[in-house]
Amino acid sequence: MHGTNSHSPKSQNPNRPQCVGLFGGVYSNYLALEALLEDAERRGVHRLYCLGDLGAFGPFPDRVCQILRETRIPIVQGNYDNSIGNGLADCQCGYTDPRDNYFAKLSYDYTFQHTSNDNKAWLQKLSPEIRIRLGPYRILLCHGSPRKMNEFLWETTTSDAFLNWLFEKYNTDIIVGTHTGLHWHRETSPGKHFINCGAIGRPPNDGQATVVYTIINAENAGLSDEASGVSDDRAKSENAGSDEKAKNACQLKVDFVRLGYDFERLAFEMASEGLPEEFIETIRTGWWTTCSEVLPAKERARGLY
Amino acid sequence: MSFDQILPYLAEAIQIGVKEFYFTGGEPFINPDLPKILEATLRIGPATVLTNATLFNAELVKELAAMRDSSKYSLELRVSIDGFSPETNDPIRGPGTFKRAMRGIKLLLDEGFLPIITAMRSWPIEQDEAQLYGFKNSLANVGYRYPRIKLLPSLRIGQEALRDRGYSEHDYITTSMMVGYDCNQLMCSNSRIVSTRGVHVCPILVDQPNSILGERISTARQAFELRHQACMTCYQYGALCSNASSAATSFEKTRLSRPRSI
Repeated sequence: MHGTNSHSPKSQNPNRPQCVGLFGGVYSNYLALEALLEDAERRGVHRLYCLGDLGAFGPFPDRVCQILRETRIPIVQGNYDNSIGNGLADCQCGYTDPRDNYFAKLSYDYTFQHTSNDNKAWLQKLSPEIRIRLGPYRILLCHGSPRKMNEFLWETTTSDAFLNWLFEKYNTDIIVGTHTGLHWHRETSPGKHFINCGAIGRPPNDGQATVVYTIINAENAGLSDEASGVSDDRAKSENAGSDEKAKNACQLKVDFVRLGYDFERLAFEMASEGLPEEFIETIRTGWWTTCSEVLPAKERARGLY
Repeated sequence: MSFDQILPYLAEAIQIGVKEFYFTGGEPFINPDLPKILEATLRIGPATVLTNATLFNAELVKELAAMRDSSKYSLELRVSIDGFSPETNDPIRGPGTFKRAMRGIKLLLDEGFLPIITAMRSWPIEQDEAQLYGFKNSLANVGYRYPRIKLLPSLRIGQEALRDRGYSEHDYITTSMMVGYDCNQLMCSNSRIVSTRGVHVCPILVDQPNSILGERISTARQAFELRHQACMTCYQYGALCSNASSAATSFEKTRLSRPRSI
C-alpha cells in the first residue's frame, strides 16, 4: 500500500531547505517508482512532481497509474500519456529511424492494450505544464520543452541562447523536463537553470542498472503552487524574476539521485509479458539498445551502441 | 562565406535565441575559413556540417576533434553518399567519390566521430531494407559498427530532376492540404539559411530569387508561402535537413491518423 499523502509537504521549518523531488519517464517501471517513494521519504523530500510518460517499455502500465493516482502526485502530461489518453495511433516519441519506430510501436501497442479505459481517461486530462515557486525561483515543469511536449532538449544540442529565450518567453527562472531520458543541468546565467530530471523507467545509457531522479532545494525557501494563490513566500518575492539578491541568498542546489530497485524482477516480468529482449537487456545492463538514433553525437558516443 | 561575414550573424543568433547551427554548400570544407567558423560557432551552440567527406585529411580531422572536445556542444558531421558502392554512388556524386568518402569516414571514425551518413533515396522505397543492409556492410568494412544512417527523399530539382524526373504539374500544395497540418513539421517554420546574398527561407530553395526574405535573421522571420514544387517533398516528409535529435513530431498530424477506440 502507498500512503495517500506521501508527496505532501512536511511541516515547513524555516531553517531547513525545502526539497522538491522531480521525476519522469516512468515507462511502466512501477518497481522503480515504489523505490523512489521510499527513497524520497528517507531523504526528507517535501513534495514530488512527475513530468510524464507513465507508460512504455515496461510491464503492467496500470500499476504506475494506480500508484500515482493513490499518492496524488502532481503530474505533467508526456507525449506517451497524450497518445494513450487520446487513443492516437502512435506514441509521438519523435523517432525518425525505422528500427526505433519498430520498437516504439511494439511498446506502444502493448501499453495501449494493457491500460484500462479509466486510466486512459485520466491520462487524457493531465496538464501539459505545472508551475511552482521555490523561494525566489519561478519553476516551469514540462515534459519536453515548454513549447512542445515532445521536443528533444539534449545537453549537447541545446544552446544557452535558446534556453535564455525560453526563460524569457515563458516567464520563468527554471525549466525542468524529462523527455530525452538523460539527466543534465545547466545554469545559463545567474539564477537561470535548465534541468532534465532524468528518467526512472530505464537507466541513462551508462552501463549501470540504476535509474535517475532529481532533488532540488534552496536554502530558506518556501514552496508554493503558482496557480494556487499567493503564498507568504511569493508575496515576499513578487518580483522574483529580477530579484537577484533573493536568488543570491537562496542558492539552488540540484542533485541527481541514482536509484537502485529490483531490476531483475522487472526484467523477469517483462520477459513473462513477452516484451522484446532488447528492452530487457537495457534494464539489465544499463545500455540503450533501441531508440538511440535520436541521440546527438556526444550522447551517442557515451553509449555502447 | 568568410569568417568576417559570418560573425555578425552569430552575434545576432545569440540575441534571438538560435538553438543550433548547420553548415552546408556546395562542399563547406572548400571554404578555408570553415574551421575558424566552426570554432566560433561551437562556443555558442551545437554545429552540424553537411559534407561529402572527400576533402578530409588526418590533420583537418584532428583539428575538428580538438574543437569538438573543447566545446560543451556537439559537432555533427553529416556525410552524403548516395549508394553503398562505387557502382551506385559515383554515377550520382561523381567518379571516385565513393572511395574518397569512405576514406574520409574512416578518418572521422579514427578520431572518435560518429558521422551521420545521409543517402538520398535513388531507389524505390520498397528497397529501403536491402539498401540499408548494403550501406551497413560497406560502413562495417571501414570499421563503423553501429552506423547512423539517415535516408532522405529525393528532391526533384536541379541535377536530380535531370537524373530521374522532375515534379509533375500537380505537385503543388493547395490551401485545403494545409487544413489540420502542423507547420512545425516544416523547416521553414523554425529555421533560416544565411548566404552572402542574404537570409533565405530554406537550403533547398537557396537558388530561387524569391527565397531571400531579408538581410538579417531577425528581419527574415516572416511566413513563406509554400508555392514551390519542392515544398511538396518537405510537406510529405517533414524536416528533411535537420538531424533526428532535433525532431518533435506533429501532434496535429498524428491526430489525423486513424484514432483508436478507447
